[in-house]
Amino acid sequence: MADDFSDKKSSRRQFLAGAAALGAGSTAASSLSASDDDPLITEVQEWAQITGDGVDATPYGLPIEFEKDVVRRNVGWLTADTISSINFSPIHALDGTITPQGCAFERHHSGAIELRKENYRLMINGLVDQELVFTYEDLERFPREQHVYFCECAANTGMEWAGAQLNGVQFTHGMIHNMEYTGVPLRTLLNEAGLNAAGDLKGKWIFVEGADASSNGRSIPMEKALDDVLVAFKANGEALRKEHGYPARLVVPGWEGNMWVKWLRRVEVLDKPVESREETSKYTDTLAEGISRKWTWAMDAKSVVTSPSPQSPILHGKGPLVISGLAWSGRGAINRVDVTIDGGENWYEARLAQPGTKMALTRFYLDIEWDGEEMFLQSRAHDETGYVQPTKEELRETRGLNSIYHNNCIQTWWIKSNGEAENVEIS
Amino acid sequence: MSKSRDLFAVAGICVFGVLLIATNFADRFVTQLPQDAKIVSLDFDPDFRMIAAAEASAVGPRDGKFGLGRGATKREVAAWDGDISPDGTGLPIGSGDAIYGEEVFAEHCAICHGDFAEGVDNWPELAGGLDTLADEDPVKTVGSYWPYLSTTWDYVKRSMPFGYAQSLSDDDVYAIVAYILYSNDIVDEDFILSNETFLDVEMPNKSGFIVDDRLTSEAHFWNKKVCMSDCKSDVKITMRAAVLDVTPADEKNEDSEASAAVTTSLNQVGEQSEALVEVVNLDPGLVEAGEKAFKKCKSCHQIGDGAKNKTGPHLNSIFSRKIGSIEGFKYSKIFKSMRDNGRVWDEESMVEFLASPKQYAKGTKMSFAGFKKEKDILSTIEYLKSFQALN
Repeated sequence: MADDFSDKKSSRRQFLAGAAALGAGSTAASSLSASDDDPLITEVQEWAQITGDGVDATPYGLPIEFEKDVVRRNVGWLTADTISSINFSPIHALDGTITPQGCAFERHHSGAIELRKENYRLMINGLVDQELVFTYEDLERFPREQHVYFCECAANTGMEWAGAQLNGVQFTHGMIHNMEYTGVPLRTLLNEAGLNAAGDLKGKWIFVEGADASSNGRSIPMEKALDDVLVAFKANGEALRKEHGYPARLVVPGWEGNMWVKWLRRVEVLDKPVESREETSKYTDTLAEGISRKWTWAMDAKSVVTSPSPQSPILHGKGPLVISGLAWSGRGAINRVDVTIDGGENWYEARLAQPGTKMALTRFYLDIEWDGEEMFLQSRAHDETGYVQPTKEELRETRGLNSIYHNNCIQTWWIKSNGEAENVEIS
Repeated sequence: MSKSRDLFAVAGICVFGVLLIATNFADRFVTQLPQDAKIVSLDFDPDFRMIAAAEASAVGPRDGKFGLGRGATKREVAAWDGDISPDGTGLPIGSGDAIYGEEVFAEHCAICHGDFAEGVDNWPELAGGLDTLADEDPVKTVGSYWPYLSTTWDYVKRSMPFGYAQSLSDDDVYAIVAYILYSNDIVDEDFILSNETFLDVEMPNKSGFIVDDRLTSEAHFWNKKVCMSDCKSDVKITMRAAVLDVTPADEKNEDSEASAAVTTSLNQVGEQSEALVEVVNLDPGLVEAGEKAFKKCKSCHQIGDGAKNKTGPHLNSIFSRKIGSIEGFKYSKIFKSMRDNGRVWDEESMVEFLASPKQYAKGTKMSFAGFKKEKDILSTIEYLKSFQALN
């Protein structure tokens, strides 16, 4: 059965296998012949007679009003103040992999500032041959690269350590976005300043810092800085949004979002880490015995079914159902996702919409014939390093309940026979 | 790729750099890195200069340098390079003790962190929690969790107070940090914290951290043979999110932008024009400018529909309100005495206050230093007036 599901060449076989697996016959196809005419078809509609908006009605377009609930949402009780807080991307209502900037989650420590390009300065200092200052214009004159990367807050799913708590994938998994960035490799800028003064680069660090009042700063090992880190100024083709660090932010592929410093103003080359607030008192993971892990930068492989889910219930009744979800890994590309509909008794290999790419979201689908019975939906990601997404129990056994960060457990949605869904834990 | 090799051959100057770095990469570790770092880039081409060069076109610079940017001046570097390392590198000369620190803390920090660093509402507590890290609910404070004192100094200096960062003098920072240490029973009240005594302080949880060990301690998550069929039976629900009921309810899609709030309140003002004739004559341009100027206030003060007291009191209908009169808000002493003297907020007093809060209300806990430009003061007042009809 599972083999049938993994046969990507034959969607027909997959469909049939799914139907058989669910014990559903062909009973779902009951509405093929309608007795009443549909007035939407038989009567001339208003929109087919009068004209619509002209061009320029919205010089910068927003989603149509019928989609106005597809927005970022905040959980008020999480933080003392929205100025130092986080909200969540509406991943229950999105498909594909690219997150539109306007609904990509925000995380601020001292609010989203307005920094004009003319007032932007980027300083490279410390153990470099020549300490430099770049303007925004300078950044646009270096050779550019484009990459799609996910940015996930280390605290994504952090409210679920002790148990099923938030009833919606937006809230359990929405501290993530995935964009196509245009920017300059950080190594190009470091090379411009010259690293001979740093001597032995092994064991050297950079400290990156933002221009906002929080001065959010993180230490990053030189190997990573010279590998794939970008200073990005465009996302999804357009300028970064204010809330994502306009005019320039750091992109640290695969590593926790806190390191993706927004409004990047300074990169210092150092021979040791700074041990700033955000890498000691925060973004460290306390284990059961009270010892805490630090420098847990890489985001482990993770996946979640985005629909159906509590905010995206099944409204169409039994019959064909698209189970859709996202998978990602901070250590490489996703190469397989398994999905179960019975809480892990049997698993099927899902169809990847496109081959996984490194440190970017991958969309997966499992197309089934739903028999209208309750389901326990789960997904399990595999990445190219051989990592397999663990269950919540496995994670708790290793880390206890107080890690806060880096919860990449398998998520369970209980789909009821009426199509509604709830966040649950199961035996 | 062949292009980069050509460049490699041509750019003889670079070869030395290449060999040097290649050797260095094979050399010793100075700082222990998490095992994760290995999989990032051990096979990464150490010749990043060549990569930079290859990224340039064939007509680009041969050494990967573009001649962009300009040299940073010493004063520029000094202005921005404020990070402090665990060994004290970066600390300025200065000192302060907990006795003075208590005063400074009360003025700048207590409004969020509490008089005893115990934390107000959801704001972080800074003291207590010793030996709780293995408990069900660990209390993580500077005393119980932070491994390095430098982090506290660095953070207070660069990021605090919230809403008015980088405004504390070095001596005040030493004093505040001394007070936080004292609140955690780490030093006595007469201990003078300075750049010289800094390393004498021992943080209780300094040995409480290990470098990321997931590759070994969680090695069982790799290459696991996964079961695909008949893996278990009798699946039962053990916990439901609906039982907790802490998920935010669906909201109506409100226009929550401040500009919308202005419109609403102006409309409301219009409806109640009899009572508030003067308010109807607001200058919309000035209100708009005031909305921008008000950004400096809004980390602490809410205004508009449903505004609540936060770090500062809400500002709806502030004019004609008795100074210091919002029930339930903890005002500074100065505002309480103004209230007892029957003082009322009017345009005149507001102009004076916004120009220099500390001069107008000596001892106010409000950290804002005042607007420098008169037009910011006038526009802010106009903006405040546009919320005169709200409670």
